[in-house]
Amino acid sequence: MTAYDVEPGDSVHPGDPVEVDRYTGGARINHWITAISLVLLALSGLALFHPDLFFLTALFGGGENTRMIHPWIGVVLFFSFFGLFFRFWRANLWVSEDGTWLARLSDVLGKREDRLPEVGKYNAGQKAVFWLMTILILVLIVTGFGIWDQYFSAYTGIDTKRIAVLIHSMAAVTIICVWIVHVYAAIWVRGTIGAMTKGRVTGGWAWRHHRKWLRELVTGRRADA
Amino acid sequence: MANFEFVLPPAPTKDVKPAYGQEDLVRRSASTVSPPARQLTPVAKLIDVSKCIGCKACEVACLEWNDLHQEIGINRGVYDNPPDMTPNIFTVMRFTEWVNPETKNLEWLIRKDGCMHCEDPGCLKACPAPGAIVQYSNGIVDFDHDKCIGCGYCVKGCPFNIPRISVNDASPKAYKCTLCSDRVAVGQGPACAKACPTHAIVFGTKEEMKQHAEGRIKDLKSRGFANAGLYDPPGVGGTHVMYVLHHADQPEIYANLPKDPQISPIVSLWKGATKYVGLAAMGLFAAIGVVHHLVEGPNRVSSEDEENAKRLTGSTRT
Repeated sequence: MTAYDVEPGDSVHPGDPVEVDRYTGGARINHWITAISLVLLALSGLALFHPDLFFLTALFGGGENTRMIHPWIGVVLFFSFFGLFFRFWRANLWVSEDGTWLARLSDVLGKREDRLPEVGKYNAGQKAVFWLMTILILVLIVTGFGIWDQYFSAYTGIDTKRIAVLIHSMAAVTIICVWIVHVYAAIWVRGTIGAMTKGRVTGGWAWRHHRKWLRELVTGRRADA
Repeated sequence: MANFEFVLPPAPTKDVKPAYGQEDLVRRSASTVSPPARQLTPVAKLIDVSKCIGCKACEVACLEWNDLHQEIGINRGVYDNPPDMTPNIFTVMRFTEWVNPETKNLEWLIRKDGCMHCEDPGCLKACPAPGAIVQYSNGIVDFDHDKCIGCGYCVKGCPFNIPRISVNDASPKAYKCTLCSDRVAVGQGPACAKACPTHAIVFGTKEEMKQHAEGRIKDLKSRGFANAGLYDPPGVGGTHVMYVLHHADQPEIYANLPKDPQISPIVSLWKGATKYVGLAAMGLFAAIGVVHHLVEGPNRVSSEDEENAKRLTGSTRT
């Protein structure tokens, strides 16, 4: 039984209530390292992005330390996200129901789940977040090296650095917006945060939001039994 | 053999701050300033390229006054030596052998390169650290190393490729010519101007320097340099370091002196619209989230959902 988007460690535990394992311990640690890195990057980056936010450098021990540490956190994020990418990419491949789901975004936002197609482990919104994060992190790391002048200033000319810093700031703004969507969705859809803290969601949550994934898990279990 | 470091008293610039105060600032990086309480007379350094003999006395005077110590480099067999500015070298002579296509004469063009002290400084515009770059009402653009964070944004902002970051220092900072702001503050001219044996470098009020340049240009024109002129590029609002060029119509022959320098539109976009649109976009996304939550309320799992899950997993049969 190889359901298309059941990930290693996913399993369903019948009972009252039904519980479903959604993220392994490794995936959760990987996620939170990435999350903390992203938040620290956003704070240190915003401090250097807008003068009104320069006070945020105090969190990192001053402007110089902020300038020094930001790119290193970026390297941590890159490798950490790299780990998440290889865990999650397969289940985030685009499938036909994702288009339908996205076309009915107003029903998503209006909580009319009955009008949405059944979706697998990730819905189209989560997949969009995943791929946007992937692309933006690649853009940020590449442009980031272009302006990491302490070590790499000799490898790019001033024209390239100007373009790099502009793209870096635009990509950073975009990724922060994507991050806001990601965090808001996790808060709004109650029962979601447990997936990344305890690793587990309730059967009702899986039924409501990822029914196709739940069905696959159930049939997978039955097929194995 | 005496060690001169110990025999000679320390250079007087050590720990000496320019005698300018808040009341003299017209611009301050990453912050706003109230209009200056007093208006200093705009000053300028005029470099007459036609009078420069390339002796490098100005380079030496600069090192001397600013107590700079550059590691001994390598002579590459050309006059450009040192080859470029560094965090310890604020000014260099750039030598160009140029064949005038009209006269077929070889002309040796020697331009003293260094900070131009733009009226609209790109470095200051790009700087993210409040107060690390300041502009006094006399036009001098100065770096405050206590506030500099060494990010290199000024390098990207500068249309003349002037600031250098001391990346090998434990605490990297940006360095460039100060127009000897400390000397000017006490009524003296820059060290380079003082040292110049041919008076190719002169210093005074910007008005005086423009007048002086006029006389020089007239003289050059009378001697066959029809395109002699003053380099005071309007794209950066004029500069407080100006050149008299014998071929002012083609500044780029002087070791790529830009013809129409201005703050790069990429830098303006980065430091302008991106900054405001970016913050607005983030705020908007957060606001939409809050409003949506207030209007729709949380998306909760119903007991019906849990029952359905039990039915699907066969939990109800036991």
